[in-house]
Amino acid sequence: MSETIKTDVVIIGAGPVGLFAVFELGLLDIKAHLIDILDKVGGQCAELYPEKPIYDIPGIPFVTGHGLTEALMEQIKPFNPTFHLNEMVTTLEKIGDPLFRVGTDRGKIFEAKVVVIGAGGGSFQPKRPPIPGIEPYENKSVHYAVRKMDAFRDKRLLIVGGGDSALDWTLNLQPIAKRLTLVHRRDEFRGAPDSVNKMRALVAAGDMDLKIGQVTVLEGADGQLAAAAIKGKDAVERVECDAMLPFFGLTMKLGPVADWGLKMDDELIPVDTAAFETNIPGIFAIGDINTYPGKLKLILSGFHEGALMAQKAYHYVYPDKRLVFQYTTSSTSLQKKLGVA
Amino acid sequence: MSDVQDVSPATAPTKETMPKVTYIEHDGATHTVEAEIGATVMETAQRNNVASIVAECGGSCTCATCLVHVDETWFEKVGPPSAEEEDMLDFAFEVKPTSRLSCQIKVTQELDGLVVRTPAYQGR
Repeated sequence: MSETIKTDVVIIGAGPVGLFAVFELGLLDIKAHLIDILDKVGGQCAELYPEKPIYDIPGIPFVTGHGLTEALMEQIKPFNPTFHLNEMVTTLEKIGDPLFRVGTDRGKIFEAKVVVIGAGGGSFQPKRPPIPGIEPYENKSVHYAVRKMDAFRDKRLLIVGGGDSALDWTLNLQPIAKRLTLVHRRDEFRGAPDSVNKMRALVAAGDMDLKIGQVTVLEGADGQLAAAAIKGKDAVERVECDAMLPFFGLTMKLGPVADWGLKMDDELIPVDTAAFETNIPGIFAIGDINTYPGKLKLILSGFHEGALMAQKAYHYVYPDKRLVFQYTTSSTSLQKKLGVA
Repeated sequence: MSDVQDVSPATAPTKETMPKVTYIEHDGATHTVEAEIGATVMETAQRNNVASIVAECGGSCTCATCLVHVDETWFEKVGPPSAEEEDMLDFAFEVKPTSRLSCQIKVTQELDGLVVRTPAYQGR
């Protein structure tokens, strides 16, 4: 059991809106920990459109998802937030007035006076291929991620997909697997050319197999895979295997947010527009995950929501202090916090 | 991210000239709707509540949740996917030779009458 991490604010989601919330909270001397299920910060900007242009950030005519993430990280640097990546918040309970206990799937426990949900469209989770009867195999012999390579030693593996995840795991697991078969729907790969070449060399040397087609049927019992049918262009081929690793990218699912006792409205969290607070005082929701009359799912709206949230959060973190509104252009105290004065 | 569609009255086609697109969902539900020229087949579906087109990424060709199977008689007119779209199709399921991502098909007058079918599962 790990030690409880005590902090002012836990921000669920390290997308652009969660990142900017660190800035607005930081100006008010409020410390934050951010938790995100992805292995990187930036949320949708990093996962869905790192190289795509964004044209509607005020004052920045053009920036990519990656560029915006980098800029936000630079902007919040003075506030030294702590990131917990690759980690999903599973539980959120109210234990004080307000005080919350937040738990993750890695067993971390946080205690915070304020919780900010900036979870966007929910948590990114692996896409599950629509193979009939796949459910009983999941997490037993069908895995959407590799946590321990050794679990696949001396096994007959089926890796499905054509991107970098599929290729990287093919190259990493091929040396320890009993036999590895890569299945992809076409004989072209969008992964890094170097990885594609290495994979093709292994196939040419007879050290692994490449099948072009789509997995349609699974065989096995009690969650243990025995074989898979691969439908190619002209024929169906049966390949014996002990484990399958499908890599079809990620999709957003609401996830555990629905279980935290918050009022929900069609997978969104209703908030007031004075502070973007939920029906539970001390829990705020900002960015794409919230809803209110006139809501626009724009990054700029999420920035505004974070600024107003921080004002109200201040009163929970410092109940006895009075908040004086200040500008970064003129306030020496704010400039000190930013490390520029 | 979202965009506001700007159709000035001078260039907006009248109802009579607007192309029609038919969506046949997996369960057989059929929607024949009017489409704005220049809008994508995905956007047109969303404006008309075709629920089986998810479009998680909002139309930036990065999520593969707006898959449609273009009717075979229409495929030649619609054309094949770009290399970028072909890459994204790797993240879709039950991909057929006439499958496209509907966010990458722009409605033109030539596509008046287009028929697309939506899959049962878009990955979520």
